[in-house]
Amino acid sequence: MKRHGEVTNPASNHSSDPRARVENRSGQLARESKLPADRLDPRTHGTGVTLDNVSITFGAHLAVRNVTLQMPARQVTALVGPSGCGKTSVLRAINRLHDHTGGAVRGTVRLGNLDVYGPDVQPEVLRSRIGMVFQRPNPFPTMSIFDNVISGLRFNGVRKKRLLREMGVAALHNAALWDIVKDRLDQPAVRLSGGQQQRLCIARALAIEPEVLLMDEPCSALDPVATAKIEDLIRHLSSEVTIALVTHNMFQAARVSDTVAVFLLGDDRIGELVEVGPTDGVFDTPSDARTKAYVTGHVG
Amino acid sequence: MSMLSSVQVALGGPMPDMGLVEVARRRAVVRDSARRSIRRRRMTGHAMQVICLIAVPIGLAPLVALLIATVAKGAGAVSIDFLTHAPTPSGVPGGGISTAIVGSGEIVAYAIALAVPLGLFIALFLFERPGGVASAIRFSADVLSGVPSIIVGIFAYAVFVERFHHVSNVAAGFALGVLMLPIMVRANEEAMRTVSIDLWEAGVSLGARRSRVARSVVLRGALPGVVTGNLLAVARAVGETAPLLFTVVSPAFAMTLLIFNDATEPFPDAQQTAWGTALVLLALVLILSVTARTVAWTLNRKTR
Repeated sequence: MKRHGEVTNPASNHSSDPRARVENRSGQLARESKLPADRLDPRTHGTGVTLDNVSITFGAHLAVRNVTLQMPARQVTALVGPSGCGKTSVLRAINRLHDHTGGAVRGTVRLGNLDVYGPDVQPEVLRSRIGMVFQRPNPFPTMSIFDNVISGLRFNGVRKKRLLREMGVAALHNAALWDIVKDRLDQPAVRLSGGQQQRLCIARALAIEPEVLLMDEPCSALDPVATAKIEDLIRHLSSEVTIALVTHNMFQAARVSDTVAVFLLGDDRIGELVEVGPTDGVFDTPSDARTKAYVTGHVG
Repeated sequence: MSMLSSVQVALGGPMPDMGLVEVARRRAVVRDSARRSIRRRRMTGHAMQVICLIAVPIGLAPLVALLIATVAKGAGAVSIDFLTHAPTPSGVPGGGISTAIVGSGEIVAYAIALAVPLGLFIALFLFERPGGVASAIRFSADVLSGVPSIIVGIFAYAVFVERFHHVSNVAAGFALGVLMLPIMVRANEEAMRTVSIDLWEAGVSLGARRSRVARSVVLRGALPGVVTGNLLAVARAVGETAPLLFTVVSPAFAMTLLIFNDATEPFPDAQQTAWGTALVLLALVLILSVTARTVAWTLNRKTR
């Protein structure tokens, strides 16, 4: 415990606004590293996600079809819609999780300029650029809190103790969890409450410094207070990473997202994207009649 | 609606509509039925409890009797000399079972060296590549675990002894390993199954290779079950006699064979040795089982 406690983190400057922390951290990094400053300037970096005519099938079943969607860099894009309309399938297409579950993805998925399903792409390398947070908090039960945070770094071959400590502590700060866990980093992760576990999972995803964070209904297993904390976090994190958020809570989408993509089931029970746009626009003046019924609470 | 209406009824308010009367009637039917059934259920519960209380001693009696008999007849034979001296020829008093303990240990060591790694890799394969091949392997494992141990002994004899023209502990270890393998495979697979797919996906989504996830997430999560299952399989195999009949040099080099051999001798000394060996073997198996439970418990506690 002492081991981790001794670390002084560049971001631990008692500022209450995490956004300020984030900027301080970038500044510190810029001074420490040899990278040109503009690569570390949060205003010029960022990786968007582009889906072009994406369809996903499981065996003979077409789950979602012809999705064309841009997720702008360092913004929150909410994927909303009723259950079973393919939101999660679309999310999992971005980090190629379907590779292992028998889903076939057609169309083009791009991470920045990289074709995610291109022939030279190694899924593991791709995934190390993309963090993912799941519906139910899933910290590794056999690991301590801190080991959970740095597990992704370890998986990716980071061995230097000092680096692991620094990045782990920074990730905990970014997930607004440091103050809660700083005195019990060696305790099993499963002793945390549900909301804290979910933030730990966010910290774990952030530790690998992802360019994109995929969040699959991250609050569906949490109470309203824990949900509010995660939503705060999403807002703050979006200044650094591109966030794709699946939710079926329309209010959540309205609260945290910049862009909203509405998925619905077509007449043939196949999911499709019916409307995309800036969140305010979609909620205030939906252009599609079905969206209107859905966002105003008449359907779904 | 119903709450307000029942309040009104209770206060003698406006006449309830027919729907509400019908609800009251249905409620009465359910309550009456519940009152009657709870009496019946209580009686059944008591009867079951009595049956359970009778079943426990009946089930435990053979075990306790076996323990008492073994300790009573074997304790006299066991001493430091008994554990540290080599056996004497039949009919000659004195002597111990040191060679049998060492031999059994060696045989089990060979069996472990064969079965534990194989069992782990096969279980990992079943976990990682479900499908036709996996089902076939699982089926084979089930068939193998049903094969009588004497046949496994003959198989080891055919593979090793016939080919190399001499009996050996390696052959015996091979036989025990083959016996342990299916138990280990199924125990490992069950243990891996308890690791939720969520954790697997968490690992993969962090950019880990599948082999890394298999090691750091799946195997680590399954470790308590894996350790318990493997140790129990070893405990089972330690007590096997039949597979050793054709493969061990002499009864003096395996505890179970020594028991089998000495128990059928006419000399009281030999029979005493058999009981003593039985007690030692029983103690060893008990230690293995307790170790298995303790290790599993310790590993589990760390995750809570």
